[in-house]
Amino acid sequence: MFAVDRYPSVSSFDQAGPFRAASSGVWMEYFFQQVVNGLTLGAIYGLIALGYTMVYGIIGMINFAHGEIYMLGAFISLVAYLIFSSIGGGSVALALLATLLVTMVFTAIWGWVVERTAYRPLRGAPRLAPLISAIGVSIVLQNFVQIAQGARVKPLPPVIQGGVTLDLGKTFSVNISWLQIVIILLTLALMAGFTWMISRTSLGRAQRATEQDMKMAALLGINVDRVVSATFVIGAALAGVAGLMVTLYYGVIDFYIGFLAGIKAFTAAVLGGIGSLPGAMLGGLLIGLTESLWSAYFSIQYKDVATFAILVGVLLFRPSGLLGRPDVEKV
Amino acid sequence: MAASSPPMIRSAAFAALLAALLALPLLGVRLVDSATGLSLSGRPELVAWAAGGVFCGRLMIDLFRRWLADYAIRLPVLPAPPDWTRFGVGWAMALFALVLPFLPFADRNLVDKATMVLIYIMLGWGLNIVVGLAGLLDLGFVAFYAVGAYSYALLSLTFGLSFWICLPLAGLFAAAFGLALGFPVLRLRGDYLAIVTLGFGEIIRIILQNWQDLTGGPIGISGIERPSLFGLSFKAVPPEGQISFAAFFGLDYSPDHRVIFLYFLILILALATNLFTLRIRRLPVGRAWEALREDEIACRSLGINPTTIKLSAFALGAMFAGFAGSFFATRQGFISPESFTFIESAMILAIVVLGGMGSQIGIVLAALLLVGLPEWFRDLQMYRMLAFGAAMVLIMLWKPSGLLSSRSPTVRLGGRA
Amino acid sequence: MRPPPLLEVHGLTMRFGGLSAISELSFVAGQGEITAVIGPNGAGKTTLFNCITGFYRPQTGRLVLHHPDGKALGLETLPDHAIARKARVARTFQNIRLFPRMSVLENLMVAQHQVLMSASVFSLAGLLGLGRYRRAERAAIDLARHWLDRTGLTSFADSEAGALPYGHQRRLEIARAMCTRPLLLCLDEPAAGLNPRESSDLNQLLCGIRDEEGIGLLLIEHDMSVVMGISDRVLVLDHGCLIAEGSPDEVRRNPTVIRAYLGEPDESAVVLGGEG
Ligand SMILES: Nc1ncnc2c1ncn2[C@@H]1O[C@H](COP(=O)(O)OP(=O)(O)OP(=O)(O)O)[C@@H](O)[C@H]1O
Ligand SMILES: [Mg+2]
Repeated sequence: MFAVDRYPSVSSFDQAGPFRAASSGVWMEYFFQQVVNGLTLGAIYGLIALGYTMVYGIIGMINFAHGEIYMLGAFISLVAYLIFSSIGGGSVALALLATLLVTMVFTAIWGWVVERTAYRPLRGAPRLAPLISAIGVSIVLQNFVQIAQGARVKPLPPVIQGGVTLDLGKTFSVNISWLQIVIILLTLALMAGFTWMISRTSLGRAQRATEQDMKMAALLGINVDRVVSATFVIGAALAGVAGLMVTLYYGVIDFYIGFLAGIKAFTAAVLGGIGSLPGAMLGGLLIGLTESLWSAYFSIQYKDVATFAILVGVLLFRPSGLLGRPDVEKV
Repeated sequence: MAASSPPMIRSAAFAALLAALLALPLLGVRLVDSATGLSLSGRPELVAWAAGGVFCGRLMIDLFRRWLADYAIRLPVLPAPPDWTRFGVGWAMALFALVLPFLPFADRNLVDKATMVLIYIMLGWGLNIVVGLAGLLDLGFVAFYAVGAYSYALLSLTFGLSFWICLPLAGLFAAAFGLALGFPVLRLRGDYLAIVTLGFGEIIRIILQNWQDLTGGPIGISGIERPSLFGLSFKAVPPEGQISFAAFFGLDYSPDHRVIFLYFLILILALATNLFTLRIRRLPVGRAWEALREDEIACRSLGINPTTIKLSAFALGAMFAGFAGSFFATRQGFISPESFTFIESAMILAIVVLGGMGSQIGIVLAALLLVGLPEWFRDLQMYRMLAFGAAMVLIMLWKPSGLLSSRSPTVRLGGRA
Repeated sequence: MRPPPLLEVHGLTMRFGGLSAISELSFVAGQGEITAVIGPNGAGKTTLFNCITGFYRPQTGRLVLHHPDGKALGLETLPDHAIARKARVARTFQNIRLFPRMSVLENLMVAQHQVLMSASVFSLAGLLGLGRYRRAERAAIDLARHWLDRTGLTSFADSEAGALPYGHQRRLEIARAMCTRPLLLCLDEPAAGLNPRESSDLNQLLCGIRDEEGIGLLLIEHDMSVVMGISDRVLVLDHGCLIAEGSPDEVRRNPTVIRAYLGEPDESAVVLGGEG
């Protein structure tokens, strides 16, 4: 049905082929450039992966529709940015901030509604029921956006331009765009806030308790439904941020971007050890780097093959992912 | 009654408000791509429609629930149907399928659609071995379907082998792929297996798309040999040295013959899959699959080697997908990577789960619901997929353990089951 | 006079990170004997079973199983399923592990997987319905029926295993283990959660298995009436070490054991002596 891999690839940002490089300085420059690109991409994957990993940790379910929430986030942010930039009186920063907030709010509502209607009635149902429901939701959302906004890709001219050039050593330098800096910093900030929330707030405590034993948590007076809802809301808001980032970074989006980004992010979550928050981020970065470097040095077509090969390789040696707690089967 | 109406209306109003909020940025505004760049156009009426629709829908559901609560308790609870009814239903269905093409209302279009449904039934039955019986979550089943289709096409085109030789070869090839994938990954825990198989499905599709020399890339392979019935061709003008089916039986040539022939071909393949599964379920391997699904540790303590048992399920499931793939290739005469996307895997898995995980008849019902019904709405292309996804969610909510989830034992004391 | 050895354990050590669940454990269990393993919670009893049946791989130590034909197998080198198959060690679990959605009879048929599998010749003979397979299947059903009779579960043969009452499930687990025709049967707290009548039925069943099948039993149990009533030898574990070994009477009077259990000599004597 969807034949073409329409997910925009990092390679559109390649400036020069690696093997045209004559001196080692140019080689290094190219390499570091790809690392920066990979980290940016990885940050985006990591943000989406957080949603997967949190939901899995708490209700043991693969939320297949999470990638679509990210896609919704991309569309919402595009709409919001167009509105705010036309009424905002020319301040790009202000318009972007408003866009960020609006996107988070709206994707959060989407996440909440999806959990409430399609997943919550299935808690306690056989293991695969919520998975199928999630796949159904994902198909619905994809086609809903396709119908509502059309199948054509939506371009947005670059919003944040320019960057800095870092001189690394005498012979080479690396260009980092402002946008890349914003993406990486924002991701770091969200990560920090998030870690703080999980370890310090009462919601975080309730989340950890629910993750370990939902029944017991409920008996102890934790409102499990609210905790699960909150998990979906937070995950969706983070995916919304990722959607905004990708809109700005690539400048083109369509209704189909959620699928591939979704599986990549899910792969990242598994690679890092599903259920582990730092693991999700680490997995995202690794996958971003793999993709960027593989496209740069080998072939763009097979970059996803490389990603999955790494996943399988890691799982063979560490069956519960890089940072996942090995699950002991108590006999 | 009147006392509880306000809460009902309040909850409907809340749902409507949410619907309006959800619709606002995506439905209420349309991104218009013009020469000067993107611009927006408002469509507030759609938001109103969405809110109104949800309000009424929610109210109706609540009223219906109330009505059920008031009256339905008095309905007798139906006892589970005895085994022989299930047996009877199975035979009745098979008989109906056999005479379907000759029924008065059966036109070419209907038989074609029935063929499509049968392909999915066969795929469902194949995947059922893996997911329903052995309990291995496979999200990349379509990969084996693709391997079957492509190996059929390549074998047939390169070596000029006939359908009846290519079919088993394609099945074996798919089974070999199943073994090759299964061997490293089957020791992974359930959900990890899901992502790895999903990745495998994607890898196969990417390879099909990019290995131009072998697979023809995105364009695919066309001109695949159509099957013949013991050498009787279904072409209007049979190739050199062959007789056409119509001429042999003294009929006028009609393209319907091929359609009906293909229908029976897939019917036989599907029924063979079904018989095989029904039988193997009663053999030690079949029981070991189910036992493994229930408790792997207990299986190991009884001397069952999980890896070989899982591998056998994986390979057999793949083999049936390979058969179905060859049939698909020969029916279309043309294949391309487009036919083997994740959505197909999802569809087959949905058929198995909605059918009731392990129930052969349930799979037929689910395939009719998920593939058959939407086929009728082909004209509404885009809405078809929307309805398909919604149906998946709704059926799951309605019957979380599938349409037919009761299981009959494979052996009984005092007589065969 | 000790009977010939069935299972010899030499210097077994099993560590989880820093925790030594079993350290330098050595003992011998004889053929045709019931050897009870007792000890406080967390003493390492289940861990010992897991080492014997291959679910855990011990860091050091040798586990030798002697077959009646003179063959000796090193269990520490075999994977778990091979221990059940080749060495013929069967076990039950502290937390019952049946195949809950399968029928009682099917549970017992799964236990005879090996025999049936080789009779079905990679399922081919079975698919074709050859007499060879049908005979094997009939024999398997007969064996299952035998153990259903022995455990009093015949009337439940066709019901779902998961739906049985708790005590029945425990007995079904024993029947299932016996259907593998083991030489050594390891039972992890078979009397847990049983009422006194069920518990004394269990005593009879276990003695019957020992006397009629002539196999060795290894029994973890907290219920002293069971331990003292039927075991031939008792091993006492504490913190992973063997602190006493001998006949039930010897162990009951052993002051180390009493201290390990309660620390209060008087009271514990009462507890341990309860039914003996
Ligand atoms: N897989 C494991 N990982 C870490 N520690 C373990 C593991 N299995 C057992 N242990 C530890 O080993 C010690 C012995 O446990 P074991 O289950 O053998 O005790 P037990 O004697 O069977 O106790 P109980 O009578 O309560 O069943 C315990 O401290 C337990 O926590
Ligand atoms: Mg124990």
